[in-house]
Amino acid sequence: MAKKPVTFTLNGRESAAFAEEGQNLLDFLRRSVGDLSPKYGCGQGGCGGCTVLIDGEPHLSCLTLAEAAAGRKVETASGLATGPVLHRLQEAFMERFAAQCGFCTPGMLVSAKALLDRNPRPTREEVIEALSGNLCRCTGYEPIIEAVLDAAGERARA
Amino acid sequence: MSMIEFRKEFFRDERDDNLNEIGKPTRRQDILGHVTGRSPFYDDHLFEGLLHIRCARSPHHHARIRRIDVSEAERSEGVVRVLTGKDVPRNLNTLLSLLDFGLDDEPLLAETKCAYKGEPVAAVIATSEAAARAAVKKVRVDWDVLPHVLDVEEAIRPGAPTVCEVYPGNKFVYHGKYDHQKLRYGDVEAAFRQADHIVEGRYQMSPIEQAPMETCGAIAAPEVNDRYVCYTGTQALFFSLGTAAKVLSMPSSRLHFVGGTVGGGFGGKVDSIHEPIAILGAMLTGKPCKFAWDREEEMQVGAPRGAERWYLKDGVMKDGRIIARQFTGYFDSGAYTRLSSYAIIKGVGHLPGPYTIPNVSANVYCVYTNRTPATAMRGFGITGVDFAIEAHMDKGAEAVGMNPIEFRILNAYRDGDMKAHRREAKNCALVECCQVVAEKAGVRLSGEAAAAASTKGGGGERGRLPAHTVTDQDGRVEGIDTGGYARKGGGASVSVPTPPRPAAPQYQSAPTPAPQQAAPTPAPPPAPDAARKGALRFSSLSGFRRR
Amino acid sequence: MTTVETFPTLAEAARAMGSGAAFFGGGTVLMRDVNAGEGPQRLVRSADPALKEVRAQGETVRLGAGVTMARILAERDLAFLHSVARQIGGPQVRNMGTLGGNLFAPHPYGDFAVALIALGARAVLAGQGGARPVEELMRERARPPLVAAVEIPRPRSGREFSFLKVSRVKPKGVSVLSVAAFLPAEGGRIRGARVAWGAMGPAPMRGQGAERALEGGALDAATIARAAAQAAEGLDPPTDALASAWYRKEVAGVHLRRLLERMERG
Repeated sequence: MAKKPVTFTLNGRESAAFAEEGQNLLDFLRRSVGDLSPKYGCGQGGCGGCTVLIDGEPHLSCLTLAEAAAGRKVETASGLATGPVLHRLQEAFMERFAAQCGFCTPGMLVSAKALLDRNPRPTREEVIEALSGNLCRCTGYEPIIEAVLDAAGERARA
Repeated sequence: MSMIEFRKEFFRDERDDNLNEIGKPTRRQDILGHVTGRSPFYDDHLFEGLLHIRCARSPHHHARIRRIDVSEAERSEGVVRVLTGKDVPRNLNTLLSLLDFGLDDEPLLAETKCAYKGEPVAAVIATSEAAARAAVKKVRVDWDVLPHVLDVEEAIRPGAPTVCEVYPGNKFVYHGKYDHQKLRYGDVEAAFRQADHIVEGRYQMSPIEQAPMETCGAIAAPEVNDRYVCYTGTQALFFSLGTAAKVLSMPSSRLHFVGGTVGGGFGGKVDSIHEPIAILGAMLTGKPCKFAWDREEEMQVGAPRGAERWYLKDGVMKDGRIIARQFTGYFDSGAYTRLSSYAIIKGVGHLPGPYTIPNVSANVYCVYTNRTPATAMRGFGITGVDFAIEAHMDKGAEAVGMNPIEFRILNAYRDGDMKAHRREAKNCALVECCQVVAEKAGVRLSGEAAAAASTKGGGGERGRLPAHTVTDQDGRVEGIDTGGYARKGGGASVSVPTPPRPAAPQYQSAPTPAPQQAAPTPAPPPAPDAARKGALRFSSLSGFRRR
Repeated sequence: MTTVETFPTLAEAARAMGSGAAFFGGGTVLMRDVNAGEGPQRLVRSADPALKEVRAQGETVRLGAGVTMARILAERDLAFLHSVARQIGGPQVRNMGTLGGNLFAPHPYGDFAVALIALGARAVLAGQGGARPVEELMRERARPPLVAAVEIPRPRSGREFSFLKVSRVKPKGVSVLSVAAFLPAEGGRIRGARVAWGAMGPAPMRGQGAERALEGGALDAATIARAAAQAAEGLDPPTDALASAWYRKEVAGVHLRRLLERMERG
């Protein structure tokens, strides 16, 4: 089966790997590129565990063809921190107990990042809307919403 | 914004507020891994040349297998090997055999028949998930479709199809003796005859899927020294280790299990199906093998919290006291036992709910049907019957014209009361919970209910065992050897010395005594003063203890 | 196994379509099948910029079939479609899902098509002149034609058009049903009423019972009551995990009434 070379930017770095025919971006990132932060939850676009940012906007990597990422900027949760310095969202998630099992967390974080990048001071309703494509089964949404609002508050003060 | 409200006015003298962690915010120890996306879930371990396993499954609820033909699947592109039941060293198991409870009843891969839709018959091992999926479609099974049964009460009627040959009546056998779990406490029939009201109800709950964000799965690979490593999402690492060792007939010292990072479980990740299949794949191919469910499998064949059906009958006096409660319960275990037998033991220990009722009886059946096997989920064994009990409490309150909160306060356990499973009630707090609920809901309680306390009025007459408990041999099963559990007598009938007591009590309503009934020893309403002494310490082994 | 072919222009892609091929837009519907090993043999893609073209001015707006829901939401001139686009999927799906794909998304998806049918939108097919009513294409869902763009008449006022989607999960959930109404008025009377339903038949469809009740009337309590009473007429809803056919028929009138009352209030 033909493999296609895919060159793209992953968390700010030029990256390249071979994609299999019909391979989704989630599988490509995890197995071919080695970024394990996006998670498989359903393969059907229902859970948001595989969410990554493409050109700054949240996409479901399980429903994206790997080859469609060619030439685009992909961001995942593993690129949120700058070296040892955590992103405000990560700090707020830690403070607010916004992760229990941690499986939905990478998707939640990038969805929240996309929101704050475009809307630094969201309302509670805007946070809920922005996270509505990401399911959580154990933490409960309340601490997650609070964490995003906390992070936004900090950002506004900074 | 905290949802938690501490009501420190309660049990002030018993509580130790000088605690280091309780009541204070804390950070999870694993949170840094979670927020950086680096927590190692089982599928976050990469292996060169990983093989993928997918199962061919029964499209029927119930069907005999005449023949399984895997030859076409074996020739399919990318297929390394196809496993069937013959490849499983010990292809019959019951999860609780590790606790010596119940008979082996479930194959890892079905050989002779399938008893639920989605039961696996073969496992294809291929170089990619797509290749495994394609080959699964080429597994040919010659089915002889059998009649099926999907309802618990239909399943135990004479002539119903036998779901699981190990239990011919479609009922689990308890303690080697009975086709149901019994609870007998006092004499419910005598009490019903004296009750002012008989309140009956039927309640049921559908299966509930745990739906963890991470689906169930495991990766196994050959390790050095003839060992196998297994990365798994199991919730019960040593349970899965023991099960794999048993099913694969190998010492557990040859298995190296790595787990503990679970993407949500809620009870749905204890069934230990993926580990043995992945390890068997690694053994027979010499390659790392991954066996994982996709979301559809998680929903269809992943064992849910089982369905339950309950019939409740209460004898209630005009003043609101419940003097008898009778249960008939049916747990839908699905096609195999998994953990339903245990759920019932747990559930029956919980009856009749947190209420002091002097006569209680329960017959609870673990029933096999051709549905997906049921397993653990958050408080399983308790949740369904608690729903039934509390719905029934509302019904009882309505029958006697009482506010449902006051009805609960009146009947709630007080410290020192005797519970139906013959243990003293301690550290009760339902009265106080009800009072706070009433306050929050804007319900005005009577002076009596508002003044009630869990520490007041318990014990004494209420703390004694019934003078006489009616027993029976209904549902007696002969000739079943359920293994060591019954022989050791664990969990068999508990004998508690009964203190000498006057004849069986008579019941009457407090405000308007029924004149036709002599009442030498009425069930006493809560009497004052049975204060608790000393603060308590909790131990996970021995429960609450007084200092 | 699925192969993927990408063409620079839509015309080339159209020529490459044929047996075993499906046009791949946002992927939110097709990719699920590909992941499950049930995908078509060939996925045909196109990088044609015309697919993403937005002409939002004028009486009829023209949107390329590859325009996403998020793009519609970002366009101020398309405000009349915002309440519809906002209710499609979650944020990720709106960034991916396209207008063209939504036309043929199977139940319980495809709510945007419901709005388009009510608005009397027309689809421009790849490699063909002219345009065909979206409503008509619904009958060809089994073998959907390749749509290049959609032309949507712009309502003269915000009051003429409204859309309602009923979900059990909020803010993101699939349809129990959806309903859209386009009620142009002349001299206080409704002329050319169009009502469309989603999840009330094998595909999004017109609600003729409601349309008849509305046509020629004033949008008042009596007309609304009449339309609600006739709402379920001719509908053939499915029974699925979300709702039974019986339930959908029972509540159709309730939701239509709520939609119409919202339009009445303006």
